[in-house]
Amino acid sequence: MNSRKRLSLLSLLSLFIVLMALAACGGGQSGEESTGESGGEQAATTEGKVVRVYTSWPLQGPMLPEGQSMKRAADLALKHYLDANGGKGPGGYTVEIVNLDDASPTTGSWDGTIEAENAQKCVNDPLCMVYFATYNSGAAKVSIPITNKAGIAQITPANTYPGLTKPWAEGEPDIYYPAGNRPTYFRTNATDDLQGYSAASWAKCLGFKKVYILDDRQLYGKGVADAFEQQAKKVGLEIVGRDGVESTDIDFRALLAKVKDAQPDLVYGGFVIDSGGPQIIQQMATLGLFDQGVKFMGPDGLVNPALAEQAGGAQVVDGNVLLTFPGLAPNLLETESGKKFFNDFIAEYGEEPSPWSTYAYQAMQVILDSIERAAAGGEVTRATVLDAMRNTKDFEGITGVFSFDENGDTTLVQMASYSVENGEFKFEGAISPEMADSCP
Amino acid sequence: MNVELLVNQLVIGITIGSYLALIALGYTMVYGILELINFAHGDIFAFGFLFSLTVLQFLNLEYPLSVPQIISILGPVMVLTMLAAGLLNVFIDRVAYRPLRNAPRLAPLITAVGASFALENLFAIWKGPSQIFYPPYVPRVDILREWLGIDTIIGFSTTDLMLLIVTIPLMILLSVFVRRTKLGKAMRATAQDREAAAMMGINVERVIMSTFFIGGALAGAAGMVFGLYLNTGRYLMGFEAGLMAFTAAVLGGIGNIAGAVLGGYFIGIFKALSDLYLPSEWTRAVVFAILVLVLVFRPAGLLGQATQEKV
Repeated sequence: MNSRKRLSLLSLLSLFIVLMALAACGGGQSGEESTGESGGEQAATTEGKVVRVYTSWPLQGPMLPEGQSMKRAADLALKHYLDANGGKGPGGYTVEIVNLDDASPTTGSWDGTIEAENAQKCVNDPLCMVYFATYNSGAAKVSIPITNKAGIAQITPANTYPGLTKPWAEGEPDIYYPAGNRPTYFRTNATDDLQGYSAASWAKCLGFKKVYILDDRQLYGKGVADAFEQQAKKVGLEIVGRDGVESTDIDFRALLAKVKDAQPDLVYGGFVIDSGGPQIIQQMATLGLFDQGVKFMGPDGLVNPALAEQAGGAQVVDGNVLLTFPGLAPNLLETESGKKFFNDFIAEYGEEPSPWSTYAYQAMQVILDSIERAAAGGEVTRATVLDAMRNTKDFEGITGVFSFDENGDTTLVQMASYSVENGEFKFEGAISPEMADSCP
Repeated sequence: MNVELLVNQLVIGITIGSYLALIALGYTMVYGILELINFAHGDIFAFGFLFSLTVLQFLNLEYPLSVPQIISILGPVMVLTMLAAGLLNVFIDRVAYRPLRNAPRLAPLITAVGASFALENLFAIWKGPSQIFYPPYVPRVDILREWLGIDTIIGFSTTDLMLLIVTIPLMILLSVFVRRTKLGKAMRATAQDREAAAMMGINVERVIMSTFFIGGALAGAAGMVFGLYLNTGRYLMGFEAGLMAFTAAVLGGIGNIAGAVLGGYFIGIFKALSDLYLPSEWTRAVVFAILVLVLVFRPAGLLGQATQEKV
């Protein structure tokens, strides 16, 4: 073996590993184009009155517990519907739920290429009437244009990134709707801009003065942190620093030493449970930031039953962690159907539903209702289902009564705040962007 | 410029460097002998973390432990972890690399990636895909402030000390082993020329097995110390750590043991300083930019001559 050959092999290997690293942290920004020219007028009536709903969200990796719970919530919504209608599906149709997974086995997190394939599967199946996806807002960026071109209604159980439906970053939201024809994408939960604004106003009301903002540099985490920063400036909080972290890293001490040196009294972290949030909290504790009275505030991505355990136990998070959630957690639902959902879920699956299961259930309710109304109007096609979903008015979901506005967003905005007590989330009341004007 | 903060970051960099160096040694040793990048090596590190955690949970201890307990319990657990991690690495060699010993070089590279994925997914099943909490068995006391009464922002705690106490002697031990023992000599001979070594009566397969065992044991030790030290991890932690350690090994001159240690500390310190002076999203870019620069000007790595001599 001569040395030249060895060196060239070495550089090849180095290149290979750098590429692997890029693939892992890039999260897959592939914007695969839709090839479906179908336009979407296939009537489903011919094939034994079956219609399908394709779901797509992570069903492996760190997101598995949440993904599994959302899948179960969707199944439960269908079961409840059938029970209430004597076993008959909407308009006599049999509704089949096809569960797809948009996570990559390599990274365990959502992947753009897989998400594009999933959306394409729905487009290619003439029986697919609704694409029920995604969990991650970044993944929705990939699939919304595909379903939009095909004229299929897409509804999400969890996306909170504002730009998907309203003006936010440059060109948004129109870049996601190449066929125009809006809205083709709907959500029954509130968005991050409102969540970030509310969080900053809440922080102001709690008496914090100096904030250090961290995020995981992903669409969701950065989006909510940006909104927090905007509102924080408006209500007069001092921003002493801002950093994005590598979400696959687990050793954040070097960064947190810098944070500590900036002497904030609050660290705001735009994270989800699998992008470093629990580690930031745990290492804030080991570096003594909590001992100095610094608190951590985060968005709904961290409102996850596993947070306390992963961050090092109740003694770490208790009293130190504050969280916001753009909606109502399953155990706080006040409607009759909401309570039934919560109790039946526990009875059926032996565990409490995850936070987003509320909205997975509610979105499934909307889907079934839209199919029912489409069927009542004549035939069930992609176009009639989409039309019915657009005309969702004063719908009684499990979080309350709402309609869809011209962007496809819900008219019912609920925003909750939490602290942590004995490792459990404790409801601290409703919050809003305007609360800083007159703190409760 | 804040000098105390700089020193603090250097301390953090050295602690990061310590566990990176320990992992990098395994990459470099296997490369030295087989010219194979053992991609599964980072996952052996994660295995050390998970295995030791499982054993400690089985013992059902109250934490934090007292000093005699640390020595009498954590010591044997570490030996057990190193043994298990070493055997796992030997097993990987047996099933994934050995059947391809004479195949084109790309073949074991692909099985290495495959072994890595297989391990990662087994880990996800074993301890779940979420972040894993590793209880703080070693009590964390800030030495400078609480024992010496110095008022400083430099954080140097008992866990930092533990990390150094475990990793540095292991590195010294390895270097003595390779230089002074018969097996170490056989390793160096095999690294220089596998065929000639075989002709001189060295049992090359045994040398390869020992190399995998030692490399794996070091990574396993690193995994356990990392757990005790940082108290957190996840099933994919081997990927990130492996990436940085591999970079460290290449930076120092792959195949060169001193180079791997130097590269580990180098990267640890650069990571910490980059976090301090640049937005932290640049940290990886800085690390890889340094790698590229070093390879452009010194293609064999920082301590590369040693490698070239032997070829």
